[in-house]
Amino acid sequence: MLELRGLKKSFDGVRVLNGISLDVGAGEFVTLLGPSGCGKTTTLRIVAGLTAPDEGQVLLGGRDITGLPPEKRDVNTVFQSYALFPHMSVERNISYGLRVRGERKDQWHRRVREMLSLVALEGFEKRMPSQLSGGQRQRVAIARSVVLNPKLLLLDEPLGALDLKLRQQMQRELKDIQKRLGIAFLYITHDQEEALNMSDRIAIMREGRFEQVGAPEDIYERPVTRFAAGFIGQSNFLDCAVEGTLDDGAPVLNYFGRRFPGRKPGFPVRPGDSVSLCLRIERIRLLRRPSGECFLPGVLKSRHYAGGSIREIVELPGGQEVLAIQQSASEDRIAEGEQVFMVWNRGEAALVQ
Amino acid sequence: MRKKRREGSGAIWLVAPMAIWTILFVGVTLGYIVWLSFMTRNPDGLGVIPKFTLDNYLKILNPSYGKVLLNSLKLAALTTGVCLLIGYPFGYFMARAKKSRRSALMMLVIVPFWTNALVRVYGWRMLLMGDGPLNSLLLSIGAIQEPLKLLNTFGAVLLGMVYALLPFVILPAYSSIEKMDWALVEASRDMGASPARTFFSITLPMTAPGLLAGCVLTFVPSIGLFFMSDLLGGANEVFLGNLINTQLLKSRDWPFAAALSVVLMLLTSSILWVYRRAGGKSSDIAVF
Repeated sequence: MLELRGLKKSFDGVRVLNGISLDVGAGEFVTLLGPSGCGKTTTLRIVAGLTAPDEGQVLLGGRDITGLPPEKRDVNTVFQSYALFPHMSVERNISYGLRVRGERKDQWHRRVREMLSLVALEGFEKRMPSQLSGGQRQRVAIARSVVLNPKLLLLDEPLGALDLKLRQQMQRELKDIQKRLGIAFLYITHDQEEALNMSDRIAIMREGRFEQVGAPEDIYERPVTRFAAGFIGQSNFLDCAVEGTLDDGAPVLNYFGRRFPGRKPGFPVRPGDSVSLCLRIERIRLLRRPSGECFLPGVLKSRHYAGGSIREIVELPGGQEVLAIQQSASEDRIAEGEQVFMVWNRGEAALVQ
Repeated sequence: MRKKRREGSGAIWLVAPMAIWTILFVGVTLGYIVWLSFMTRNPDGLGVIPKFTLDNYLKILNPSYGKVLLNSLKLAALTTGVCLLIGYPFGYFMARAKKSRRSALMMLVIVPFWTNALVRVYGWRMLLMGDGPLNSLLLSIGAIQEPLKLLNTFGAVLLGMVYALLPFVILPAYSSIEKMDWALVEASRDMGASPARTFFSITLPMTAPGLLAGCVLTFVPSIGLFFMSDLLGGANEVFLGNLINTQLLKSRDWPFAAALSVVLMLLTSSILWVYRRAGGKSSDIAVF
């Protein structure tokens, strides 16, 4: 439904977008995830029509809208700062778009009530934005932007200013609203958990490019680059050399003289190449004896009790320290300073560039 | 409670210098002028005879002086209107200009202040004279056959007033537009409003405090600014400001000049009162 084709943008000679392309399907929830300055807000503003791209096109429903001003686009935005009109009541804020279209009060009044019930703010019609809490302002901003039934809603870190508990609640509510209205969401965040919880697909951005685009599970289980793997979840990276290939095409890896098979990567590798093995901290087991095909010996350096889990640090033969997280119920406790074997399943450790 | 009271008594000493200053230089002088306005003129020369009278105020009701008052209000209203029409757009574009260009524009507004106001008004006199550069230019290109009477007209006074007071609209307008959250404008456009609709529904109401401050800052001084009308309006154009000036220095009618001053003060105070009632902040007009 939304197609971005080769968008490029520079500000004062600094490249912000390096030719990005993305498709968003009808009713799909797509998240742009990346560190600040990676170009996600610029991308959103280009879709909204608030910034013009230097190159590339924006298509909405097959129509080229690249040159259209924001008011001519069937797209609405929830701004990071909410941008509620301070001189208008909640009711007048929400009805603004309808009033601009020329609707009279008897026409828009019903829609405003519907929107207020959608965001659970019944009875707040006459309040001014200054009389609302942060969470309530957020809800008004959402109501105001969906009242026009856009095909696509753009959200620029809408939950960034809320505290953790409220943020988690709003995540569920937003997802719920999105499903109920069937509007496609293009959502910006730098919070990986938010992205994993809510999205149908995540596009990881870095320096004006998409590092990887895929379903949350895809990105978590099958990261392609070290950046993508590092941005979502917590991982240890072991730099290994490729020594050969098994019959099934999987590479044999060498880490400081220890050999073990690796998962078949999504990119071609040849003997002699160096790759990073991405070990998720919760997918590592620490045992007294080796087990299975993938393991490395080490020394348990320290153990930190954290309630439901234990965080353990293991020093590997080359001196690199690895963080592992275990369920805290384990009976057989290995003491600090003892020899351990770090064990993992071949399929759970991705190879990244 | 006791602690609070002790803090309060200490605060009195902190405000004492301010209070003494205000009583001495505002209260006493103002009181003197009000007292003067109810006294009788000394027919023999300077000063007054301490005899209570309302004649000075009744004299203002004389139609010829009433006309002066109306003329002053007309000038002030026109000055304010023209300043708003030029100053608001100027402030708007200055606030929206690139940072580098913004300071250059700001200089354009401020540099004239580095020269004495009187000198600049004399400059305008030169420009507008019958055989001045403006008339010579118009004559030489054949736009006119004989010199226009530019100086000593209502228009010349209006020009001088607008020239002098324009920054007092530009600066508050600039600051209120610059302070405004531009996301509001973007949100309005995003919801389908055209640039014009956005301006009238969002930008204008959001910058109204600056606009209102600009109105007060031009209207109030333009009622009383006497040297502008003296130098550019000549004897034909009499306004409240130079009427007071003449009564005090030439006619030596101190009580009448005082009565006119009291009326002028009441006029400007009532404007400030209306400004405050309309929700204006004193800090927005505190530029001096």
